[in-house]
Amino acid sequence: MATVDLKDVRKVYGGRVEAVKGVSISIPDGAMCVLVGPSGCGKSTLLRMIAGLEEITSGTVEIGGEVVNDRGPAERDIAMVFQNYALYPHMKVYDNMAYGLRNRGMAKDEIDKRVREAAATLGLADFLERRPRELSGGQRQRVAMGRAIVRSPKAFLFDEPLSNLDAKLRGQMRIEIKNLQKTLGVTSVYVTHDQVEAMTLADTLVVMNQGLAEQIDTPMAIYERPASVFVAGFIGSPAMNLLAAKSSQSGHILADGTEIAISGATLPDSGREVLLGIRPEHLTLIENGAAPDLQLKVTAVETLGADTLAHGHPANGESRSSELVARLPGSVRVRDGDLLPLSIDPSMVHIFDAASGRRI
Amino acid sequence: MIGLSRSSRYTAHAILIIGIFIVAFPIYYTFVASTHSLQTILRPPLPLLPGDQFWENYSTALFGGIGRIGGVDVSTLLFNTTVVALAIAIGKIFISILSAFAIVFFRFPGRMFFFWVIFITLMLPVEVRILPTYKVMVDLGLIDTYTGLTLPLMASATATLLFRQFFLTIPGELVEAARVDGAGPWRFFKDILLPLSKTNIAALFVILFIYGWTQYLWPLLVTNRNDMNTIVIALRKMVSFADADTQWHLVMVTCVLAILPPILVVVLMQRWFVKGLVETEK
Ligand SMILES: Nc1ncnc2c1ncn2[C@@H]1O[C@H](COP(=O)(O)OP(=O)(O)OP(=O)(O)O)[C@@H](O)[C@H]1O
Ligand SMILES: [Mg+2]
Repeated sequence: MATVDLKDVRKVYGGRVEAVKGVSISIPDGAMCVLVGPSGCGKSTLLRMIAGLEEITSGTVEIGGEVVNDRGPAERDIAMVFQNYALYPHMKVYDNMAYGLRNRGMAKDEIDKRVREAAATLGLADFLERRPRELSGGQRQRVAMGRAIVRSPKAFLFDEPLSNLDAKLRGQMRIEIKNLQKTLGVTSVYVTHDQVEAMTLADTLVVMNQGLAEQIDTPMAIYERPASVFVAGFIGSPAMNLLAAKSSQSGHILADGTEIAISGATLPDSGREVLLGIRPEHLTLIENGAAPDLQLKVTAVETLGADTLAHGHPANGESRSSELVARLPGSVRVRDGDLLPLSIDPSMVHIFDAASGRRI
Repeated sequence: MIGLSRSSRYTAHAILIIGIFIVAFPIYYTFVASTHSLQTILRPPLPLLPGDQFWENYSTALFGGIGRIGGVDVSTLLFNTTVVALAIAIGKIFISILSAFAIVFFRFPGRMFFFWVIFITLMLPVEVRILPTYKVMVDLGLIDTYTGLTLPLMASATATLLFRQFFLTIPGELVEAARVDGAGPWRFFKDILLPLSKTNIAALFVILFIYGWTQYLWPLLVTNRNDMNTIVIALRKMVSFADADTQWHLVMVTCVLAILPPILVVVLMQRWFVKGLVETEK
């Protein structure tokens, strides 16, 4: 067990493509750090640099306080779980798990003990004599986990380990991984582009964009105070409503002329171009006839059961430039064309600078 | 043949049976001829059923020595040919799997250059480079040796390319998993690449064994001594232009013995083939 520290890590492929542009992350011992971001943002590259599978262009990777830049993957004492499991197809489950230990010259009975222990933990005891192709996707996934566990490494590295499973199994494995990681207390780095996985698994969440870490914090802190428009749009589902607006004396005027009075919130300088971020779940339906902050003209409704998503635009706007989604309780019946009076909790409004995209 | 009517099924079977008969009859007839005495063979018509000279003919051929090829017996020829075919098959597989390993899994300067050099040799069959090769063998004093018989035939661009194509289908993740598991290049080769390649190796072995077994031009050039001949060359020497000089019964025995080992190899290796076809190893 160990800490993992990245200091200004960069990766340039072939002298041209800058895949990771200087990322510093410090992961405490036993914590789960999740890297999340859109495709091609450099998550895998960063993970592979920690693993030692990819050369580090500049910066340092420290595992347990030691710089490991010049060590091969085997010498870094890490274990990796791959997206397609990467099980050895010709080896039995037992040998798949034992292989790494054998290569380290561990004694036979110690290997046997560890493999059986891991198999019991993962519910694989009955499958030890099978080959990977005789297993279901979920079982293969477990074997891949088992191969990582038996080594009791300093760190686990996961590269989208659940992306090949169906939704139900993914949810199940997500919880299992979380529990396993907590029980074993092994420092982990987990790459995903699924934000539910990111939110539920992370102790530290890193939102990456185009080779940079846009924000590093706990999942809730990121949800509550996204540092930029990118993070705001990426974390949360449905995505945060982002409305172009101009600050005024009394509040904000949307591009289509709707005025949203946000009392109490600190207002930026008058006349400044901003983006207002309001999460769909922070638009609440007014049922007692009070004056609404916003009238939503509904254009589409998605009923999800527990929730109802109402898509539309501000009613008094001439154009449809400001599309909005409101997340309402499932009990609310909404139809296309309805006019919904909504209130906005001013403390839940995020204001971003329109030009830089940073939070104000 | 699901959904075919009874009559068309019969027709199909009849055609297949006729096909088998056409292919198998000459071989059967060769065997029949090998069990008759020379006199019977020379006095047509040749009987359609095996005769009573089986033991005599076969023991004479195998151990008695055959006059027309300098008194060498067929067991020597079989031994020579087996050595040659095995050496060529194993040598080719050994060399090509290693070169494919280097080309696919290592990044070294001139990697593509070497790949193309190997590739280009595909365009130079043995026949084209036979004279310079012969000269080299003479200079090295390798005429009438097993080395001379096999070494020039060992390098194989085809097998290298086949292995390369197969290695390219091995997912990068698997290679990386092995690296994380602490397998160095040789461990990776031995523990992962070789076991995954075994059906490929088996298939190639059969093809190359038969290729080596049936070599004609090169063994003809590079051997002078009768006891270094391969069975195909000896067979050719045993047949004289004058019909009466030829010991046809022994020729037929040699023919039968010459086709047995390749058949044996195919039959024994068939298990691997079928396995390779049925199992889709990922
Ligand atoms: N071997 C390589 N050579 C050159 N460029 C590469 C190489 N590998 C990755 N890249 C580039 O680096 C960038 C980051 O790739 P990376 O695989 O880290 O993305 P990712 O965030 O893992 O995406 P995904 O979610 O699709 O897996 C991409 O633009 C990609 O094209
Ligand atoms: Mg990736």
